[in-house]
Amino acid sequence: MRTYECDVVVVGAGPGGSVCAQYAAEGGCDVIMIEKRQEIGSPLRCGEGISKAWLDEIGLTPDPRWISADMDGAIIVSPGGHRFKLDESMAGNEVGYVVERHLFDKELAARAARAGAKIMMKTSATSLIMKGGEIAGIKGISFGEDIEIRAKCVVAADGYESQVARWAGIETKLKPSDIDTCLQYRMTNIEIEPTYCEFILGSAAPGGYLWIFPKGRDTANVGLGIILSEIQKPGDVKRYLDEYIASDPRLSKGQVLEVMSGAVSVSPPIDKTVMNNLIVVGDAARVIDAMTGGGICHACRMGKYAGEVLSKCLSTGDFSKEALMEYDVRWRDQFEDKLYRNWMAKEKFRSVSDKVLDDIVLAISEANVENVNVYSLLKVIKDKYPELVAEFEDMI
Amino acid sequence: MILDVDKCMHCGACVGSCPFNAIFLREIILEFNDSCTRCGRCVKVCPVGAITMEDDS
Repeated sequence: MRTYECDVVVVGAGPGGSVCAQYAAEGGCDVIMIEKRQEIGSPLRCGEGISKAWLDEIGLTPDPRWISADMDGAIIVSPGGHRFKLDESMAGNEVGYVVERHLFDKELAARAARAGAKIMMKTSATSLIMKGGEIAGIKGISFGEDIEIRAKCVVAADGYESQVARWAGIETKLKPSDIDTCLQYRMTNIEIEPTYCEFILGSAAPGGYLWIFPKGRDTANVGLGIILSEIQKPGDVKRYLDEYIASDPRLSKGQVLEVMSGAVSVSPPIDKTVMNNLIVVGDAARVIDAMTGGGICHACRMGKYAGEVLSKCLSTGDFSKEALMEYDVRWRDQFEDKLYRNWMAKEKFRSVSDKVLDDIVLAISEANVENVNVYSLLKVIKDKYPELVAEFEDMI
Repeated sequence: MILDVDKCMHCGACVGSCPFNAIFLREIILEFNDSCTRCGRCVKVCPVGAITMEDDS
């Protein structure tokens, strides 16, 4: 069996894994990043909308190669059809670019490569190597061949599937009400506002929402996420999406160029993201914003913090839980409160009626909010429907 | 559990949703192991309805 030795093995070459690999390699770590698929950033499992604010923090300059469309704002559509348009000046925190994930993810991986990280494609992790009761790397299959990668630290960046953390004994199990199951079509020959991301609320997508994220003049990602506890029959997600498309005259003549499916956690983050010789980053740590379903920004920022802490650990030779804890503290400091607040908001909103949602969207559109984000919208809702936010009003 | 490979998009929705860690996606091959309790969650979570339960009879 072929064996490899390194300081850090990163499982998964999504945004979190790549940014972690980059910062760890820049800090002097010998890094191997493995990816089970045959292409980084593909198959797509994402609506591809990102905000702009955090790109600076990971030193990423917007590049037309991976930007599919630059947004001017967002449109929130109530179940009754009321359209509330938010310009970028108002919604800049939540919308920004619709990207090409297959190019965006490759750019992040390329930055890791330039920093010195090695990338192994078509390589799945299958279990952890344990030595004297401690994690000492991963076993895997690379191009059909059994391999071992011995490492001082394993980075679990394996996304929604979140297997590596589970092998280590970290609980990443989700409740049915904390899972959104999603289906998306890349549609063309449709009528859209090409610089506005559209969010359609209500019973078109129970517990979640339906999105239209433009990818050019007449093309967009049209998808939806439905909370698993609302699913009655297998294949419901596809039925909901097809029904909505048939009902919307802007879309009904459209054709599908690509079908994408997946699931996303809409839960609080996991309780621990470090143990001896192991770090969990990104979706694997359940750090999706439960209101928006967005997670790339959190994954990338966690990747940076993880890479920087790993670099420190290399210099002291200490990859213990205590040493890695700095990473856990740092990301929680940055956005754990927001994740909890938005999860609690989702818990409340997932079951409100179309009528209440209509009233809420109307109230928001009349409120003249200057800077729209989940937080400021919740503040408006607090005035009109205090009972909806009563349980977490101290967080608003 | 029965997987309809013609429908499966190998997206991993069932893998991350399984409460018993009974499903594993090796590149594009979905594997069910002995920890499966036939709870049926994967049947519902699959966005394209590719998983069904064997007949109990």
